[in-house]
Amino acid sequence: MNRRDFIKIAAASGAMLIVPKPFGHGQDTAPQFSDPDVKKLADEALNTAKMSGASYADIRINRYRNQSISTREKRVISISNNENFGFGIRVLVDSTWGFAASSNVTKDEVARIAKEAVLIAKANRFLQKEPVQLAPVPPYQDVWKTPIKINPFDIPISEKVALLLRINEEALKVKGASFCSSFMQIAMEYKFFASTEGSYIEQELYRMWPAFTVTAVNKETGKFETHSSYNEPIGKGYECVDEKFLLDDARLAAEEAVMKHSAKSVEPGKRDLILHPTNLWLTIHESVGHPTELDRALGYEANYAGTSFLTLDKLGKLKFGSDIVNLIADKNQKDALATCAYDDEGVKTREWYLIKDGMFVDYQTIREQAHSLGHKESHGCSYADSWSSIPFQRMPNVSLQPGKKKLSFNDLIADTEDAIMVKGRGSYSIDQQRYNFQFGGQTFWEIKKGKINQMLKDVAYQAKTTEFWNSCDAICSDEEYYLGGSFSDGKGEPGQSNSVSHGCCPARFRQINILNTGRKV
Amino acid sequence: MMTKEKAQKIAEKIFALTKADGVAISINGGSSSNLRFARNTVTTSGTSNDTSISISVTFGKKTGRYSFNQFDDKSLQEAVQRAEELAKLAPEDPEYMPPLGPQTYPDVKAYYLSTADVSPEYRANVAKDCIELAAAKNLIAAGFVENSAGFSFFANNKGLTADHTSSSIDYSITARTQDGSGSGWASSGHNDVTKFDGRKASVRAIEKASMSVNPKAVEPGKYAVVLEPQAVMDLLSSFAFRFDARSADEGRSFFAEAGGKNKIGQKLFPDFVNITTDPAYPNAPGFPWSEDGLPSRKTVWIENGILKNLRYSRYWAERQGKEPVPFASNVVMQGGDASVDDLIASTKQGILVTRFWYIRDVDPKTMLLTGLTRDGTFWIENGEIAYPIKNFRFNESPVAMLKNTEMMSRVERMQFAGSVNLIPALKVKEFTFSSLSDAV
Repeated sequence: MNRRDFIKIAAASGAMLIVPKPFGHGQDTAPQFSDPDVKKLADEALNTAKMSGASYADIRINRYRNQSISTREKRVISISNNENFGFGIRVLVDSTWGFAASSNVTKDEVARIAKEAVLIAKANRFLQKEPVQLAPVPPYQDVWKTPIKINPFDIPISEKVALLLRINEEALKVKGASFCSSFMQIAMEYKFFASTEGSYIEQELYRMWPAFTVTAVNKETGKFETHSSYNEPIGKGYECVDEKFLLDDARLAAEEAVMKHSAKSVEPGKRDLILHPTNLWLTIHESVGHPTELDRALGYEANYAGTSFLTLDKLGKLKFGSDIVNLIADKNQKDALATCAYDDEGVKTREWYLIKDGMFVDYQTIREQAHSLGHKESHGCSYADSWSSIPFQRMPNVSLQPGKKKLSFNDLIADTEDAIMVKGRGSYSIDQQRYNFQFGGQTFWEIKKGKINQMLKDVAYQAKTTEFWNSCDAICSDEEYYLGGSFSDGKGEPGQSNSVSHGCCPARFRQINILNTGRKV
Repeated sequence: MMTKEKAQKIAEKIFALTKADGVAISINGGSSSNLRFARNTVTTSGTSNDTSISISVTFGKKTGRYSFNQFDDKSLQEAVQRAEELAKLAPEDPEYMPPLGPQTYPDVKAYYLSTADVSPEYRANVAKDCIELAAAKNLIAAGFVENSAGFSFFANNKGLTADHTSSSIDYSITARTQDGSGSGWASSGHNDVTKFDGRKASVRAIEKASMSVNPKAVEPGKYAVVLEPQAVMDLLSSFAFRFDARSADEGRSFFAEAGGKNKIGQKLFPDFVNITTDPAYPNAPGFPWSEDGLPSRKTVWIENGILKNLRYSRYWAERQGKEPVPFASNVVMQGGDASVDDLIASTKQGILVTRFWYIRDVDPKTMLLTGLTRDGTFWIENGEIAYPIKNFRFNESPVAMLKNTEMMSRVERMQFAGSVNLIPALKVKEFTFSSLSDAV
């Protein structure tokens, strides 16, 4: 195959791929891949790997497309498009992994790289004390695409720029607002996966994020306050861009940034806490998403991201949270950032409970770890952030389930005597076993006698994960459900980035430690 | 790895493909190979090669950028067209700066063929050595060894060209006790593999793991601390790479002063605090250029405790009537004559910190950071390490850390996020720990 032809087909800007059944998922008929030559290239890799001694091999031929626009005030700082293309081959030789990758997508290079992956596995097999055991997976031949309505790459740059500049303009109309920076990030992953077990899977994933930060400088005092948007990244097309919401949010952010200058500095101590979903999603990510990663619990991440306080002996036994706390992992969740039909080792994605009625009941797994739990199959959590990266266990979308009793956000406020309500993503930090965390926010509000009273500042909350979740005594019902998320979550060596969403409703936590973070240096 | 000659040919091709007023290209790439181990066994291991080109074209004051990782003629042609399309759609940039002409760059020696050529067997043996040492002490080792070779090239259509090659071997290791009650960490890295000592790092991490078993809880509060160079680097990185004039002049950084001024010229720290950047410093190579190909150069940030410089972008320098000051490409801090042991010996009561983890900004006005101690935290009593203690969360500013510094050790070479830095251990008279963590 001529490499340029493949590039041309796969790279045709705008309409990226011809996908006959864009919403197909496990259809019975043979799928039509965007370029049949990709399958031939994959077969070359798999056959060469087998001939060279691999008992298992897979290949991912991937193309990434990113667009980034950033502005400040009336100025466009940068407009850039980035594309990246290549393949990575993973092999097992004597139950030891080897991996090699290249950006030179030709038949000869695919064969050379397959052999190199085998050589790496062979160089390492004398170190192997725990032979890799892969949980079985049926062979799939399928095509899947994020069900977007509007391809964000089809929208003219000028329209995106104009929106971002309008956001800045709207924020700067507010008296006291000094600066506004805004950006839009758009990402597309095209992935073709094939394995020696007979799978051929083509997927095309989309995500995007328009956001901004307003700064209010008080020139007399030399102090400044910032406020970032409440808007979160999402696994949708350009239809997610709601101009009215963004402009309203920009005005609100500017007003609140100015208000922070005169907000009351918080009194530290134990206080009840109401976490708005714009803040709570990140607490879920750090205190539930990461400790339920099985690779951490087993020690695979001990040298970098860390291990987990949720050791295997606690599975099914630890009361992680109060009875109303239910957390589900779901790689099929609508509009979510980690959503796909198959993971990066060809496992069909699904949903399952991590925390059920407050009990810790399961982990996130990939094929080589499932046996550690006595599972017969993987939960489908394998992901690599590039063709050049080795797939490993990454977080699926993890979401707090709505409360079963009807409870609106206003009802929750009305039911609260004395508390602090936190909105928006702020500072975040948690230890390497996920016991002790500290979070900030964008804004903090005093709740007194069932009413939102005044703005507070210099607030951070600190807690132990299980004490925090066991103190949860109210979760709003599903009409308040909100999907937050992170465009880039880091893990692994070398570091890899994963996009992941977390859904939740407002929730209340009793007697949490509040810090005052105001300092003089 | 791409050669300078090939990069120049690509640049010439691109310059011939467009009639844009300004064209700048940046080529970055190379190879990297790694091995991870955990649970005293190999886990994953791989190698990859990639080179990408970023093309920036400007019509008048309108600029577009496109980057890709394919170098055949058709791909280059399409890349230029796409950059041109973006430039034509872009609004005029009021802060546009014309391209620089030819420049002279510092001589930075950062590439060693022997490092680029490290074999899978070499990496496997680093892991094997560590695993054997750990297993002999009944410990569990997890680690990462990676060698890489990189090439960077920058050119514009006004005659400027710059190129740089670098290599690195990086190794880190965590040893943990079987029961998870003790953990130790160490790292080692160098541009030149012949100067790399993996065993030394393995032995150090293993010693720390054995020393840190069954830590005692000490009440959170303000304590004297001895911060090992890694812990200092962890905090200083949030400070030393943020010397920026524009955000200060705009009133939105720690370096801002009331009335639209900045803190340049102010005495912020004790006399012995001296922090510079020097891309050509022996044993700590930096990167030879900054924005638009502006040459990196030796820059004094803090001299005798006084803030002497902030980074000025080309635009901000012109607007403020200053000379541009390039980014900090490394941190060279002046150390003292003492050893880390001397710092401990001089401490009546205090805490020894190996490193910090999960550091995040809490308040940019004061540079207040939060994070946790990790992999070796010890109580010092009467000048000696008395016993291991539980990890803490801290809420502290690197500004306060430097202000409260009483003593410094000799500097150590620290590779950190792609930069090579010279950093001492510090004895700090007061450091704020806000809560305990059960994490080991």
